[in-house]
Amino acid sequence: MTELIFGHYNYWIVIFLMMTGFYTVISRGNLIKKIAGLNIFQASVFLMYITMGNVKGGTTPIIAEGFEVYSNPLNHVLILTAIVVGVATTAVGLALSVRIKEAYGTIEEDEIHAQDESL
Amino acid sequence: MIQQHLSILLVVIPLLAAPIVAMLRGSRLPWLLTLLITWVCFALAGIQLWTVATHGTISYELGGWEPPWGIEYRIDALNAFIALIVAGIAALTMSYAFRSVEKEIRSEKTPLFYTAFLLCMTGLLGITQTGDAFNVFVFLEISSLSTYALISMGRDRRALTAAFSYLIMGTIGATFFLIGVGLLYSVTGTLNMVDLAERIPQVSSMRTLHTAFAFIVVGVSLKLALFPLHLWLPNAYTFAPSIVTVFIAATSTKVAIYVLARFIFTVFGADFAFGVMPTTWLLVPLAIIGLLSASAVAIGQNKIKRMLAYSSVAQIGYMVLGIGMATSAGLTAALLHVFNHALMKAALFMALGAVFYRFGSVYLDDMRGLGKRMPWTMGAFVAGGLSLIGVPLTVGFISKWHLILAAIELGWWPVVVAIVVGSLLAIVYIWRVVEVAYFQEGKSNERCEAPLSMLVPMWALVGANIWFGVDTRLTVGMAQHAAQLLMGVSP
Repeated sequence: MTELIFGHYNYWIVIFLMMTGFYTVISRGNLIKKIAGLNIFQASVFLMYITMGNVKGGTTPIIAEGFEVYSNPLNHVLILTAIVVGVATTAVGLALSVRIKEAYGTIEEDEIHAQDESL
Repeated sequence: MIQQHLSILLVVIPLLAAPIVAMLRGSRLPWLLTLLITWVCFALAGIQLWTVATHGTISYELGGWEPPWGIEYRIDALNAFIALIVAGIAALTMSYAFRSVEKEIRSEKTPLFYTAFLLCMTGLLGITQTGDAFNVFVFLEISSLSTYALISMGRDRRALTAAFSYLIMGTIGATFFLIGVGLLYSVTGTLNMVDLAERIPQVSSMRTLHTAFAFIVVGVSLKLALFPLHLWLPNAYTFAPSIVTVFIAATSTKVAIYVLARFIFTVFGADFAFGVMPTTWLLVPLAIIGLLSASAVAIGQNKIKRMLAYSSVAQIGYMVLGIGMATSAGLTAALLHVFNHALMKAALFMALGAVFYRFGSVYLDDMRGLGKRMPWTMGAFVAGGLSLIGVPLTVGFISKWHLILAAIELGWWPVVVAIVVGSLLAIVYIWRVVEVAYFQEGKSNERCEAPLSMLVPMWALVGANIWFGVDTRLTVGMAQHAAQLLMGVSP
């Protein structure tokens, strides 16, 4: 039991962040909060990749004198790409939020719906 | 030299052209350059298909690094087919685009519009060309982000909210896909698709692998708008500019279907996907519910663009049904429908774009008497509609026929009934438009036909619809070849 909880604590953190982010996206009506939730969700995935790549007793994956075991560098490379994708998504999302604010006067989802329904 | 680097050129050429187009001024020059690039890519995709047909699978190492350490672009019959569809639709869309963009996109944004279009095309072609699982994610996000930007350029302010909700849902789908790829990497140690296919059977009992499969299928299903993950599609298609709807309706969901087929059959293998995981029980019921409910909802729509968007969800149901059958015949029907639906929907949305260009509205009531005022455009609409219903002599009949044959081969009679009912529902919603356009009197009777630059690509697609509906050797041959390849690769 302790092995399940404390041995894999990194994965429990990933799951907690993932569900927090996902729940924020679904439940919050403010557009900026949705984007923030999306960021938390994506951050949990990055964390998952990186903790997966850690090798017990391994050092940072940069070749140096006297070190034999290195952590996996591929995960770090994949996550750099995914972080860039996440940043671009956040940028597009925030730009859309600015335009929505200009067009509707609000960034609350239910008020936007109300304005659209009344058409 | 070109032959050697064909697969990477298809991705690099639009990618390099995009910032060049962004720096141009005016509305004619960006369009001309984009037109040139799309036709060059269409030619390259044709050469690639011919090369694969004569020499077999192309394997291209990026940067000279051998797979599985380096990224590999692996082109087989399926890839080449889908790449041709994407490049072909892009070329025809750009030929049609000039007038439509002039009317619907603000003039200072026109170069940026063409830039985003080229980036979207880069992303879609990259997804079809690559043989590396993570590379699929990268190009998927490239195409998705440019699609969000393209949709938000619509005139109606609801285009902004449509783009935003597509952004949220699309990013969740892509992140699910990313999680799946990460879990796959953790149990196999590789990201190359062929290498994954070799290593997965050894770990096929691990729960991590099952979870990876589930995440990948759900993530891709969100992108291809499988019921009930289709909620982003109607708004995105309706409020986007006409030219954007033409392009994304005919390409983005098709490429997602390709990714689903690639992962289910090549990477995981049909034995795992249908034997160990209950994929048939997931895909087939959702596909049938999707095609029936979406067709039914389409009947009630007054805005024709929205009606065709729901019709797209229904057609995607047909394609997923073919994949869910897990037989060579089912897969052939699904791939045929991918090609045919691209032709049909592009022609239909082009006709609607022409109506919007002349009248500024695509509501059913405003289309009274259009049969007399825009005979060629409405003729194209009727031809596309007949194809959607599946009337013989059109391309839609061929794919529905193959789907019914595949269902009969499995003995699934309720599915055959569902397919036929879907066609009947399509008759209802197409007839609504035909009745209003041809049998009701409009406000005036003067001829107001669409400009020639819009009519020619539209009728090229209609001609292709009818040509490939009569002479099916080419398309059915390619689809069957691709399907057998997919089924055969599985261990």
